[in-house]
Amino acid sequence: MTVRAGDALPPLRVPITRTLIVAGALASRDYQDVHHDAEAAKEKGSPDIFMNILTTNGLVGRYVTDHFGPRARLRKVAIRLGAPNYPGDEMVLRGEVTSVADGAVEVAVTGANGIGNHVTGTVTVRLPDADAPRTDVPAASSAGPAVSAAPAEDPR
Amino acid sequence: MTGERTAGEAAPGEPPKPPERRDPQEQHRLDERLKSFEGRTAVADGEGRDPVNEPMIRHWCEAMGDTSPAYPEIAPPTMLQAWTMGGLAGHPVGSTRTSAYDELFGLLDDAGCTSIVATDCEQEYLRPLRPGDRVRFDAVIESVSPRKNTALGSGYFITTRMDIRVGTDLAGTHRFRVLKYAPTRRSPRPEPSPTGAAKAARPRPVVNRDNEGFWEGVAAHRLLLQRCTGCDTLRFPWLPGCGRCGSPEWETAEASGRGTVFSHVVMHHPPFPAFEPPYAVGLVELVEGVRMVSGITGVPYDKVRIGMPVELEFLRVEDAKGSMELPVFRATAEEAV
Repeated sequence: MTVRAGDALPPLRVPITRTLIVAGALASRDYQDVHHDAEAAKEKGSPDIFMNILTTNGLVGRYVTDHFGPRARLRKVAIRLGAPNYPGDEMVLRGEVTSVADGAVEVAVTGANGIGNHVTGTVTVRLPDADAPRTDVPAASSAGPAVSAAPAEDPR
Repeated sequence: MTGERTAGEAAPGEPPKPPERRDPQEQHRLDERLKSFEGRTAVADGEGRDPVNEPMIRHWCEAMGDTSPAYPEIAPPTMLQAWTMGGLAGHPVGSTRTSAYDELFGLLDDAGCTSIVATDCEQEYLRPLRPGDRVRFDAVIESVSPRKNTALGSGYFITTRMDIRVGTDLAGTHRFRVLKYAPTRRSPRPEPSPTGAAKAARPRPVVNRDNEGFWEGVAAHRLLLQRCTGCDTLRFPWLPGCGRCGSPEWETAEASGRGTVFSHVVMHHPPFPAFEPPYAVGLVELVEGVRMVSGITGVPYDKVRIGMPVELEFLRVEDAKGSMELPVFRATAEEAV
């Protein structure tokens, strides 16, 4: 897989359901009522429940690793939230490679919903070919075949 | 701290609003006091409530739709913060947050900033977390912004930086910014809900000098057409002159009420408050030869067919604006499903 600055990742459409918002909040151990209780959210000035930042973070990470494959390792995820993700909306994640250096790829990610940009951020991911000498990856992957082929064949 | 941004940028959407009226001296004193928390410890040697474990990893992957085979052998790196969360029960009292952190949040609550929303999260992952790892963490209050006006309300951005360790290894760093704010009251979000739709009144006919005869007919349960007295052409809808010969002279003719569906559409979108989609709207050709747009009743919306025989009926509508009657067309018995 040859990665170049300017490469675009295919967009990922994420329907923002109540189920996703609540499941994401609970999976991240976040019991703030604004992420599961619509009445409480209204009391606090929000029109409805909204997605928590940990879920957004998880979705952004998944978006990038879905593209680069299971042997790519996230090194850094930095996100800023804007328009909240309310139920019934849809978020479209898009990414563009902004730099490639020593096996580390930096991707600029945006997630737009019906109101505006829910998230803007930067993700740094290390591709497996640069990981060969590392000891912190599972043995199976460091012993694998030519590492550069793995992510490109990922059918997703 | 380095990297401090104009905190107002993080406000969802809109431009900053003019500041609210406050005693400037009092505001200054509060800002100074809040600022003094910068550099203080927010969490001292906190301990993750659970060791890194496969069930929590699996629940996370299910929620995120993440099917990567890399998990659960390692935890998704973006779970970093999840391992530090107190959950529903919270961390045991006094075990995690320092008094400085509680004091800062107490001051903000007292200043009316009772709501909280996260705006930024910056994480670096230095070592993968694996099932069985026990995480410990420390956090420092990096910065407290001056009071900012945002689309959500007026408040303060607080940035903390957390180091997450497993034994002596630094597993990751987590910089987190929240807005602690006094919520602005706002009107509820409008949403096209089916329950709301049922309560909304239907639009009323616009009755004017040209068509009042038609509506008088409807009130008397008669479907009246116009017939040009110059050329005998029937017409509908009601108009002041004949479309064929231009004559302004006309008389009424009562329609039999029988006809067929000439064409139809099914409305799905956009929703209109008084109607619950999907529903069929027909173009009915009367046996007299004129066509009318009207509702088709007595048949599911997806069973309406071109050529289907229909018969006039009057639909009585009772809603928030009172009652009225409308001519609609019912699929006749032999065609009804």
